[in-house]
Amino acid sequence: MSNKRVQFSHSAIPYLFIAPQMLIILIFFIWPALQAFYLSFMLEDPWGLSREFVGLRNYLYLFKSSEYLSTFLFTIFYSAMVAGLSLGLALVLAVKANAVIRFQSTYRVLLTWVYAVAPAVAGITAYFIFNRHIGVMYDLLLSMGWDFSPETNAFDATALLILVSVWKQVPVNFVFFLAGLQGISKAVREAAALDCASPSRRFWTITFPLLAPTTFFLLVINLTYAFFETFGLIDTLTRGAPGGATTTLVYKVYQDGFLGADLGLSSAQSVVLMALVLSLTFFQFRFIERKVHY
Amino acid sequence: MNRSHWLDHTILWVGILFLLTPVWLLIASSTHSTQTILQEGLQFLPGSEGFAAYKTALTKATGFTDTATGYRMLLNSTIMGLGFAIGKILISMMAAYALVYFRIPFAGFLFWIIFSTLLLPLEVRIVPSYDVVSQLGLLNSYTGLIVPLIASATATFYFQQFYKTIPNELLEAAQLDNAGPFRFFFDILVPLSRTMIAAMFIIMFVVGWNQYLWPIMMTTEESYYTIIMGIKNILSVIRESRVPDFNVAFALVVLSLVPPVAVVIIFQRWFIQGLVESEK
Repeated sequence: MSNKRVQFSHSAIPYLFIAPQMLIILIFFIWPALQAFYLSFMLEDPWGLSREFVGLRNYLYLFKSSEYLSTFLFTIFYSAMVAGLSLGLALVLAVKANAVIRFQSTYRVLLTWVYAVAPAVAGITAYFIFNRHIGVMYDLLLSMGWDFSPETNAFDATALLILVSVWKQVPVNFVFFLAGLQGISKAVREAAALDCASPSRRFWTITFPLLAPTTFFLLVINLTYAFFETFGLIDTLTRGAPGGATTTLVYKVYQDGFLGADLGLSSAQSVVLMALVLSLTFFQFRFIERKVHY
Repeated sequence: MNRSHWLDHTILWVGILFLLTPVWLLIASSTHSTQTILQEGLQFLPGSEGFAAYKTALTKATGFTDTATGYRMLLNSTIMGLGFAIGKILISMMAAYALVYFRIPFAGFLFWIIFSTLLLPLEVRIVPSYDVVSQLGLLNSYTGLIVPLIASATATFYFQQFYKTIPNELLEAAQLDNAGPFRFFFDILVPLSRTMIAAMFIIMFVVGWNQYLWPIMMTTEESYYTIIMGIKNILSVIRESRVPDFNVAFALVVLSLVPPVAVVIIFQRWFIQGLVESEK
């Protein structure tokens, strides 16, 4: 935990320093997590008056439910699309921004500011732009013969959600890629320029492998983003419509638990998600541990 | 400028237009009348109404109790952003200090408890968290809005990594000078962490300001509404098939994104440093 050769001697002081964090974690993290675990074995009547122990019934229901399966598959598909597209676009932009000499800082500012836009704000902005009555994009698509209707068409809703999620995520990836590119030493770049004449070959044989750790790290960040942070986006843009076609796992936890008041089922979903994220992060942690050397 | 440079700049500008256009449409349209927007759709060029819609958005009370004006919501968002950023930085710096600079029994255990919070965002345990906060009587309060969000230890991780890079000699020198743990923390470690604090502050302020799910669950009293939640109200008006004052709605959306975007642009250098540092 600590690599310091010298430390302060043992006393009550460290506990004083760590206590606020531990207290907050106990009350607002451990307690709800345990509660989720407990509630996942319970069946609660919709008014919250009584609870009954039902064992694994909530879980069994989940695993047999075709609705949950399609939510699960949608989440995977959506996350992969968002990660893939936003990584690709950001990489192109970062490579170009790194290549140009003039206006580099202007480009950097103009390409990163979207980072600070809230997902919910991105959602409502897209809602307006694709709106049937006032949206310019709706008109544009219609003139191309596409009657865009995300309220009733699952394909349209999914496309819209992915587009806005990518819009929101490109800036984050751009910053990391640019930092990674600028971290490549001049000597390496000069040697590369001598060895390979073609710029694209130079990119794929030398630059891209050097960016691989950044790309892997970003992949994890992007998946986490698509899993959790897009809640505000979905709630403002599609609300899972049509018929749950754009519901992600996290959005469903909220829908079933808070709107549908089925605490047991929602808690079981929380536990499933926790297990999922735990295994994903275990993987990530091993990677990061390997990567960080001082 | 040769031909390939010209292509590079073109690609960059296409990317910038992709990112900029949606927000520009809202800004331009907010200076038109609702009439114009209804008849002609969103506008690419600024209109004749100027910033009138912004004045309305800031002062007009919405909702049932007429307490949620734009000003009020901006104030709440500011409290939320500042409270979240400051609270998180304070407890994280302290906890990281205890972990790095002291030999405590069960340090490994404490470390894992703290870092398990990185794995499970609030969204996953949202319903039981709501339950706990309501049992503690913290619904509709700034404490309930801010403190549960602080439970995730992202910043602790960064500060711990940062402290590890500080040379050992510093503590040795401080101990020779008879500086105790408090002196060392406040007089040496805190000033050394300035850039790190700045970077964390920018990122955390943006995260706090942009919160959506937790505030909508936590608050039923309109005096606690944040500006990001105000957006939900605009949408519910539209979804009930009523026509909102589109220009005022756009103004509210623009107002909600100006502070975090301004913070990121103005403190660009620290922001990028923070993002890249946090990669570790």
